[in-house]
Amino acid sequence: MSAPPTTLEQPLTPAAGSVSPILVFENVSIGFEDKPVLNAISFHLNRGETKAIFGIAGSGKSTLLKLALGLFKPDAGRIQVLGDDVTQMPEDALFELRRKIGMVFQESALFDSLTVRENVAFRLLEEGDIPEDEVEQRVREALSFVELESTIEKFPSELSGGMRRRVAIARAIIAHPELLFYDSPTGGLDPVTSTTIVQLIVKQRDVSKTSALLVTHRLQDAFTMATHYFDRKANEMRPLPPGARAEVPMSFLILRDGNIIFDGDVHELARTKDEYIREYVA
Amino acid sequence: MELLSPAEFAKEKLQAVEDYSLLAGQSIVNLFRHPRYFADMIQQADLVGFGSLPVVVLTGGFTGAVLTLNSANSLQRFGSLSLLGQLVSVGMVRELGPVLTGLMVAGRNASGMASELGSMVVTEQIDAMRALGTDPMKKLVTPRVVSTVFMLFFLTIISDLLGLTGGGLFASLLLGLDFHQYWSSAWQILQYQDLFMGLMKPLLFGFIISTVGCYYGMSARGGTQGVGRATTQAVVASSLMIIVVDLIATKFLMSIFGYR
Repeated sequence: MSAPPTTLEQPLTPAAGSVSPILVFENVSIGFEDKPVLNAISFHLNRGETKAIFGIAGSGKSTLLKLALGLFKPDAGRIQVLGDDVTQMPEDALFELRRKIGMVFQESALFDSLTVRENVAFRLLEEGDIPEDEVEQRVREALSFVELESTIEKFPSELSGGMRRRVAIARAIIAHPELLFYDSPTGGLDPVTSTTIVQLIVKQRDVSKTSALLVTHRLQDAFTMATHYFDRKANEMRPLPPGARAEVPMSFLILRDGNIIFDGDVHELARTKDEYIREYVA
Repeated sequence: MELLSPAEFAKEKLQAVEDYSLLAGQSIVNLFRHPRYFADMIQQADLVGFGSLPVVVLTGGFTGAVLTLNSANSLQRFGSLSLLGQLVSVGMVRELGPVLTGLMVAGRNASGMASELGSMVVTEQIDAMRALGTDPMKKLVTPRVVSTVFMLFFLTIISDLLGLTGGGLFASLLLGLDFHQYWSSAWQILQYQDLFMGLMKPLLFGFIISTVGCYYGMSARGGTQGVGRATTQAVVASSLMIIVVDLIATKFLMSIFGYR
């Protein structure tokens, strides 16, 4: 059965048709204070794909995202992002590369002395050559995507945890990134708010088809993403019909003790015989 | 608290000196690289300069007054009370104005910088800034360094003037000296070298206050407790550095100008 009709309008970022890897980890290792966190891990993320990364607390999930952004340097191995080797790049070149990547941090990491408008517009204002009217329009567009246009004048401290995550998503997508990283976007949120965030991530995935890495310890969030699609007409997330595959490919990667113990799609995950994974999935 | 071996302790301290030197050097190098954040510099100048004005005004005025009282007592013993203006003038302009202003601004702003940047570090705002393609060294550190150096220079001039005025008022009101005579002798004794020494120091102290405050803020670790520790360390380290650098700078400048 073909993918459900997503009736997409103009996407925020044009999706590339190719399946070339947009992110490649090759034998990457890192440790802190003589304690290994990641041991020679290798995987890749194809253009247009969304990959969910699981692991218990302290398994190196967030470290992996920070490595991909060049915020940390690995002890060994190579990381290619958008064709550039971030392990060899100087900091100045990394700033250029990071402008093509959106990141949603675990605790939102909004600038607490700036308003929601200034937070979301931060990247555009830093570029400096974008007219004020256009910045305002794009800020409103990004905030309306996360359904938070009414908070534009507020400070992060005036928002709830879920609202802050949504503003962080708006800040990450405003510059139409080629690659998106989500670091535990539903961590510490109640189930209803978590579903709202997952719906936004699915919406972003299906509308923009931006390649994404999603780090989480909540397997149910990734299962929801793998088994649902965003219906633009109804403006809501809907379950995929039985047997249907999502238009945007989705895969799973599980970390244990600094090693990858699973890398595959939802069907392979459901069929796995690994005891640890089965326990995790259960 | 974890106990370190002497070798590890020395290594840690050397690493801290290296990190501080890199931050201080980069804050200067960034002045010549794009982008330059003029709006942030003005905002910081307002916080550091106008924000510190009340404390500097009070410190300068009261220091001048107390210096007058103490000096008058000593000069009276030698029958040289007429030299009071000269003594207060040289003391304030060459030493007390720059050092006390530096210490007050360090207490107020090195702590503010360390706590603000430290909070940003522990809440991942600095990482977020880097992830958004902005260099925190250029956006946060360099504007603070430029503004503190610039504003401390003018704050010291204000402190010197208020010290002389406060001293003059006390000399005329309490000791019965003629204010105009005090003021003209205080003014005439000052030489170009004295002004150079007195106005060179705030440039050094401003650099110390801002770089030490930013260094401790940017290297804060361990949540709110870490931010508190960074704040305390920033004030202690910047105050000590001001006092040590003051001695070295005074000796160096005196030898340049041929003072004994």
